[in-house]
Amino acid sequence: MDTNTALDIMWVVITGVFVFFMQAGFTFVEAGFTRSKNTLNIILKNVMDFVIGSLAFWAIGYTLMYGDSIGGLIGTPSLFYDKIGDMHNLFFQTVFCATAATIVSGAIAERTKFSTYLIFSAAMTLIIYPISGSWVWNSGGWLAKLGFIDFAGSTVVHSVGGWAALVAATMVGPRIGKYTNGKSNAIPGHNMAYAALGVFVLWFGWFGFNPGSTLAISGNNANKVAGIVITTNLAGAAGTLGALILTWIKYGKPDYSMTLNGALAGLVGITAGCAAVSPESSVIIGALAGIAVVYAIEFVDKKLKIDDPVGAISVHGVSGALGTLLVGIFATDGGLINGGGFHLLGVQAIGVFTIGAYVLAITYVLMTILKKTIGLRVSEKEEIEGLDIHEHGMVAYPELSSSEH
Amino acid sequence: MKKIEAIIRRSKYRAVKEALHEVGVTFFSYWDVTGVGNEKEGHVYRGISYSTSDIQRRFISIVVNDNFEEPTIKVILEVAVTGEVGDGKIFISDIKDSYRIRTGENGNKSLK
Repeated sequence: MDTNTALDIMWVVITGVFVFFMQAGFTFVEAGFTRSKNTLNIILKNVMDFVIGSLAFWAIGYTLMYGDSIGGLIGTPSLFYDKIGDMHNLFFQTVFCATAATIVSGAIAERTKFSTYLIFSAAMTLIIYPISGSWVWNSGGWLAKLGFIDFAGSTVVHSVGGWAALVAATMVGPRIGKYTNGKSNAIPGHNMAYAALGVFVLWFGWFGFNPGSTLAISGNNANKVAGIVITTNLAGAAGTLGALILTWIKYGKPDYSMTLNGALAGLVGITAGCAAVSPESSVIIGALAGIAVVYAIEFVDKKLKIDDPVGAISVHGVSGALGTLLVGIFATDGGLINGGGFHLLGVQAIGVFTIGAYVLAITYVLMTILKKTIGLRVSEKEEIEGLDIHEHGMVAYPELSSSEH
Repeated sequence: MKKIEAIIRRSKYRAVKEALHEVGVTFFSYWDVTGVGNEKEGHVYRGISYSTSDIQRRFISIVVNDNFEEPTIKVILEVAVTGEVGDGKIFISDIKDSYRIRTGENGNKSLK
């Protein structure tokens, strides 16, 4: 094997491990933003969606996404992938798939049945994600052939997770006590320090998520990788700052949790165009995402009255869609402001909306089936007393007495 | 003997403890409580502004000989006050008897 190939494989494996670690990031963000009576449950859901995703994607998801394309719509599936020489790609794509799956858990936290969530996760990683993923990242996929740009997955990963979260959160319904007479109530998370740790871990993981998507480091790829590291970091920073300043003006004090969401929004937003835009453009994209996420969170919570404890719908769905569309404006090659006209923007829009519509529809069907069979929610008593004690027979903090929210 | 229960601001605890020591009251228990009352705190969480009258306070429970009752109350009133709504309350009740576990003695001796 020549050195360049070995380097590229090593690059994919190592960045894949970074992306794996984002599972811990999601876990801590979700645990921090929810109440202590449900901590074990949300953590275990996060652990299991990675576990199920790993097995499901290996079992059939990977080939459903990357097998020989059938009509540009799905790959040719085969069972239990074992092709030597491609295992690094299996691993890398597995951790991306698992990222999409784990986005949903936060939006439906604190009231969803554990068993229902496990089945939902399996469906995400076996079917939902691979199909739309194949349209973009399978070389025979119809969106790929149109020239749709989503380098690391603002749409393929993040908005797929975000729109699935939207349907799931709507159908599961809000937590008890979240809305009284149409008014939205605050249900504060139990550990804001965990939330920040989670955001830093996710940001760390993003240094694998975006640069790793080159799938190569040798030769000219090295500089490309370094450029992506910069666009990624700048967008994350700009998103954070945008949310900080906006909430400072809007609420009179800089809002801690919205600022953290702004960081993630910036990172999600740049994920599509991280290899296609300049550093200056990545700052603008990040800032726009960080500002938009604040308004999106309020809109979802207060106007749509969808209870999303962590803001997953806004951070991943809205920012993912926005970031993907903005590639049509800012791409150095073909973007609107760089003399490319509206063509790329149009293609981006097609991808964003068709994948959005597909995910909304298929998630709706899935959740309807689950609702009518095993049910989506725990009972009222279980929800009020806590999922940890009822679903798992233990509590997260045995030495502390619990308070009532 | 009397039980003196005081609900005070947590920020005043240090000062109250030192002042009590100065008048010779060196034995009491305390715990943190949440209570409802007249003071309200403004909070913002993810764009939702809300005001809560559920406030954090510290609850001190002191059992003293009768002759310490007045000095204890006086000292708490002086030191724990800020003048703002929400300074707290003091409650006095009678205690029938008290025992020191180590020696088994009761009565005023057990409170020395």
